[in-house]
Amino acid sequence: MIEIRELYKYYGEARALGPVSVEIDQGEIVGLLGVNGAGKTTALRILACDLLPSSGSVRVDGIDVVERPEAVRERIGYLPDVPPLYGDMRVGEYLAFAARLRGVPSQDVSRRVGAVEELTALTDRHDDPISTLSHGYQQRVGIAQAIIHEPKLVVLDEPISGLDPVQIVEMRQLVRQLAGKHTVLVSSHILSEISETCDRILVIKDGQIVASGTEAELSARLIEGVRVRLTVRAAEPAAIEIARKTLGALDGVRALDTRDTVDGLTTFLVDTNAEVRPSLAKAIVGAGLELFELARVEHELESVFLRLADPGKSKAKEAS
Amino acid sequence: MSKALLIARREMGAYARSPLGSVIVAGALLIDGILFYYWGLSQKMLSAEVLSEFFYAASGITMAASLILSMRLIAEERQTHTFTLLNTAPVHDWEIVLGKYLSAFGMLTILTVLTLYMPALIFVNGKVSIGHIAVGYLGLLLIGSATIAIGLFASTLTRSQVVAAIVGTAILTALILLWMVAGAVEPPLNQFIAAMAFHHQNFQPFQKGILELKGVAYYLAVTYFFLLSATKILEARRWR
Repeated sequence: MIEIRELYKYYGEARALGPVSVEIDQGEIVGLLGVNGAGKTTALRILACDLLPSSGSVRVDGIDVVERPEAVRERIGYLPDVPPLYGDMRVGEYLAFAARLRGVPSQDVSRRVGAVEELTALTDRHDDPISTLSHGYQQRVGIAQAIIHEPKLVVLDEPISGLDPVQIVEMRQLVRQLAGKHTVLVSSHILSEISETCDRILVIKDGQIVASGTEAELSARLIEGVRVRLTVRAAEPAAIEIARKTLGALDGVRALDTRDTVDGLTTFLVDTNAEVRPSLAKAIVGAGLELFELARVEHELESVFLRLADPGKSKAKEAS
Repeated sequence: MSKALLIARREMGAYARSPLGSVIVAGALLIDGILFYYWGLSQKMLSAEVLSEFFYAASGITMAASLILSMRLIAEERQTHTFTLLNTAPVHDWEIVLGKYLSAFGMLTILTVLTLYMPALIFVNGKVSIGHIAVGYLGLLLIGSATIAIGLFASTLTRSQVVAAIVGTAILTALILLWMVAGAVEPPLNQFIAAMAFHHQNFQPFQKGILELKGVAYYLAVTYFFLLSATKILEARRWR
């Protein structure tokens, strides 16, 4: 559905994007994840033909965005970070205008307006002036205008920005509802939104895609080694020291951190290069200590993202 | 073309919904009426001279109203981020420009038609030809059209309506003052510069009821040039 090859975008001398090469298949829901200023909006604006690339090629449904922008725009529905809403218009009137603007035949306009209002739960707001709507409803109108012409590709730039928790859940459901009928590209700097709504994640940093895959794939690929949490029945300093020496002497153990001691149980965090849980268990039992718990610690996507997008922040967080 | 009409219709609706359209029309009519009374009805003049004075005054009001109507056309959309809707829809840049232009020209036409009662008073009580009135109004619409194009061009340059108004006024003033420049330049260049002047040589025939094709061609050319320039500015903005 989307083929991007060696895409660059410069604002004057400053490189905002590139090199970017990526493909997105039809029907996928893909999240573009990155901190503010990473290049998300620039990439989406180029896809939506709002901005021209400095070099490289971008094809949507096989059509080049520079050579035939009007044909690409017919296939794309775009919700920018600020919804493009005329506050003086009523919801139904605005959606009908957007439909005609995007080439929906006159006889189908009412049907399409009704359909998207139903999908975005705006039916009761049909006659309300847009300026009187809450931010959440305005976002819905923004999505409704983006899908009014049944585009093959829907591009949503930070759709949950400024929404309250209830509205965020509703917006996620709405984005999931678009799946199947449309290919959806959603940008966000909020990890939970991306991981909960998208099939695949593209992590963008300094204008480049630095990682691509599902949440599990990214975690597996980017997290080195295994972290194990190990709890031993040891309250005395001498017993704790035995446990430390025993664990530290094992092959494959990179780092060892003694955490808290509660109710006679001491917890260790062990970073290893490989899967050494059986060896850890044998060593502790062999040292005459009682093993209470042994579990692999899953790294959260947030830590992966921080490591990719902002190494300094990631280190600070890990240190804390 | 249908997309241009769609955009024009939405803009006309925006003028109707906001106080802007009615305030501009009411203000222009008020000033027109005052000037008509002061210059036309309170002094002893021939009917044709009164009508000529009316068109002279109305041309100034028309230029001012056209600038105010047009300064917001693109600048406001960019300021409120609604321009993205037009920019990412399957619409050509020239259709956006044409639609915006038609909406302002539509408002100007309404304003101009509403002034008809003033020449009608002269027509009923004095002795003027329908032709003089028709040519004068054609001149008003043409000078308004060219001014709207200038204002629309200025509106594509900035997000600020105030800056757009200043730029539009500067271009218009420079074009109007060309007749003074012509007076300070040696022939034959002076004739060329005088022919380029926005009001003096080009509007006076309309004012007197004389239809000269060079005046019609001049205002149409100015309109086309600035609408084309506005389209090119929009195209160029996509590279930024």
